[in-house]
Amino acid sequence: MLKGLIGKKVGMTQIFDEAGAVVPVTIIEAGPCYVTQVRLPENDGYSAVQLGFDEIKPKRLTGGQLGHLKRNNLPPLRFLREFRAKDPEVSEGDKLTVGEVFSVGEAVDVIGTSKGKGFQGAVKRYHFRGGPKTHGQSDRQRAPGSRGSGTTPGRVYKGARGPGHMGSDRVTAQNLKVVLVDGERNLLGVRGAVPGAKGGLVLIRAARKQ
Amino acid sequence: MSELLKAVEAQDNPNVPELSPGDTVKVFLRIKEGNNERTQEFRGTVIRKRGGGQASNFTVRRIASNGIGVERTFLMRSPRIEKIIVERHAKVRRAQLYFLRERTGKSARLKQKFS
Repeated sequence: MLKGLIGKKVGMTQIFDEAGAVVPVTIIEAGPCYVTQVRLPENDGYSAVQLGFDEIKPKRLTGGQLGHLKRNNLPPLRFLREFRAKDPEVSEGDKLTVGEVFSVGEAVDVIGTSKGKGFQGAVKRYHFRGGPKTHGQSDRQRAPGSRGSGTTPGRVYKGARGPGHMGSDRVTAQNLKVVLVDGERNLLGVRGAVPGAKGGLVLIRAARKQ
Repeated sequence: MSELLKAVEAQDNPNVPELSPGDTVKVFLRIKEGNNERTQEFRGTVIRKRGGGQASNFTVRRIASNGIGVERTFLMRSPRIEKIIVERHAKVRRAQLYFLRERTGKSARLKQKFS
């Protein structure tokens, strides 16, 4: 069975485990997802499964998108994402729900888009130390300092860390423990935080590094 | 807050009665030691209550041996709380009784309120 789902971050809360201890959890509305396409090495050069999530009105999609879904008689779906899988054991048109895919105790990776922070300085973005606060300094407290060398090479190397746009990156939170599966409401609870804002799209897959 | 979040959160523990600051209470707490489960008592004065839904809690202060004050905070919805007995209500004029921390002996008493 393919270990992957698309979901939406609902938010964080805390729950009690069997021993009565408090566990911090992120609740994800995961699935139901539909298998919209199975990619095979013969046809596509690699093997993967394309899943679709979030039913919407047909008029929100273009004709091509509708046609792609129509092939397997699927409803209009807002999001399509691929999951790499050697032998997925699913076929096109299948419906996947949290209850079938994940169980309590498993480790998963959750991929999301981090919250956008805008244009940020080097102190916030890369944890630079900034300048001295005393000894007659002015306007230096959060300055990045030198970015490169001297006359040789006479330029700043590409990729040098400095101020710039921060956030809105694809971030993977690895090895999160599944603490809650609610098949009825399509809810998945993982221990700890998950990248992104509430309502953000997240991909959930079995943990890669176990 | 999202209805979906509320759906997975624990409900109020039915064993926790209405508490107010100044109450003298006995809290019976289930403790797990290895495979054994036993009940531990903690008797003292409620010095504060805090809201926050799932994280709502209250703090009980008691004077242990040698006059050392011990405070313990319990989660309102904790399933570990077996029962709470309210022994006495007190007449207090504030919500947080932090002034009790500086007091010992006779001056740390609270006037009883009969309802």
